[in-house]
Amino acid sequence: MTLAALFAVLVGMCLLLVRALLGPTLYDRVLAVNSFGTKTVLLLGLLGFVMGRPDFLDIAILYTLINFVSTIAVLKFFRYRSFQVPLARRGDGISNGGDN
Amino acid sequence: MTDAVLGGTGTALINILLLAILFVVAIAIARLRSLFAIVMLSGVYSLVSAAWYILVDAVDVGFTEAAVGAGMSTAVLLGAMLLTARTAKPEKPFSRLGPFIVCLAVGVMLIYATIDLPALGDPTSPANAGVGLTFLQVNWYDTGVPNVVTSVLASYRGFDTLGETAVVFTAGLAVALLLGFGERSLAETLRRSPQPETRPPSVPRDGDAT
Repeated sequence: MTLAALFAVLVGMCLLLVRALLGPTLYDRVLAVNSFGTKTVLLLGLLGFVMGRPDFLDIAILYTLINFVSTIAVLKFFRYRSFQVPLARRGDGISNGGDN
Repeated sequence: MTDAVLGGTGTALINILLLAILFVVAIAIARLRSLFAIVMLSGVYSLVSAAWYILVDAVDVGFTEAAVGAGMSTAVLLGAMLLTARTAKPEKPFSRLGPFIVCLAVGVMLIYATIDLPALGDPTSPANAGVGLTFLQVNWYDTGVPNVVTSVLASYRGFDTLGETAVVFTAGLAVALLLGFGERSLAETLRRSPQPETRPPSVPRDGDAT
């Protein structure tokens, strides 16, 4: 059963890879890569149970944190075209349209 | 427990699938011209290879690959993309003939050099005799980690690895403190452009996707 779930995740990774390769817009690629990271985390979690070592679950959780960093970097790249803008802006009068 | 019965062939199939994904991604990175797609696909490559390292029990290598390849390198490559064009120029067919010949010559020399190496799994080679043999024998009873390289790095040499990590972290922290972050950073002071471009990107389409 766990093995079947593992192969289902692998098939999902292949489908996401197709979307990341063919994606007509950049946002398709970003979404595909972000989902690919999530699929990797799921793959590691399932791998631990298939190989009889559930310790891999901790590694999967750490992969989630690492994946978050690159997603934030990509989104900041799209939003500001620069990495030198702080995420939490002080009230200095520059309108940054649509941020909450 | 059908899972335990199917474990051998299942693991082999997962290995083959992950390596096939790596192959496809590598070919796509070599063929694409849109730099953003290449950066995204290199993140995918790092994630898949990190998962594959975990699968072959090299947990430390998997961690390093995920942190450096998928986390930091994506951010660094995006920062480099801010300074350059968005697409690579197509190459002329025979413009890289000289580097290709150099690569070929180096490859042939390296293959010629491997003739002198001991064969794979040779029990009398220096790596497998002496200390290496001792570690191979006592490793499983000491640590329970199947991969001997991982057990040596993270268990026998655990304090050494911890010290290395502390040194690298301190160096990175010093660089970050010197250069600064955000609106107080050195680059921002040099650039003198406090108004970032805040309108959303209009048409984020990279045409040469196929």
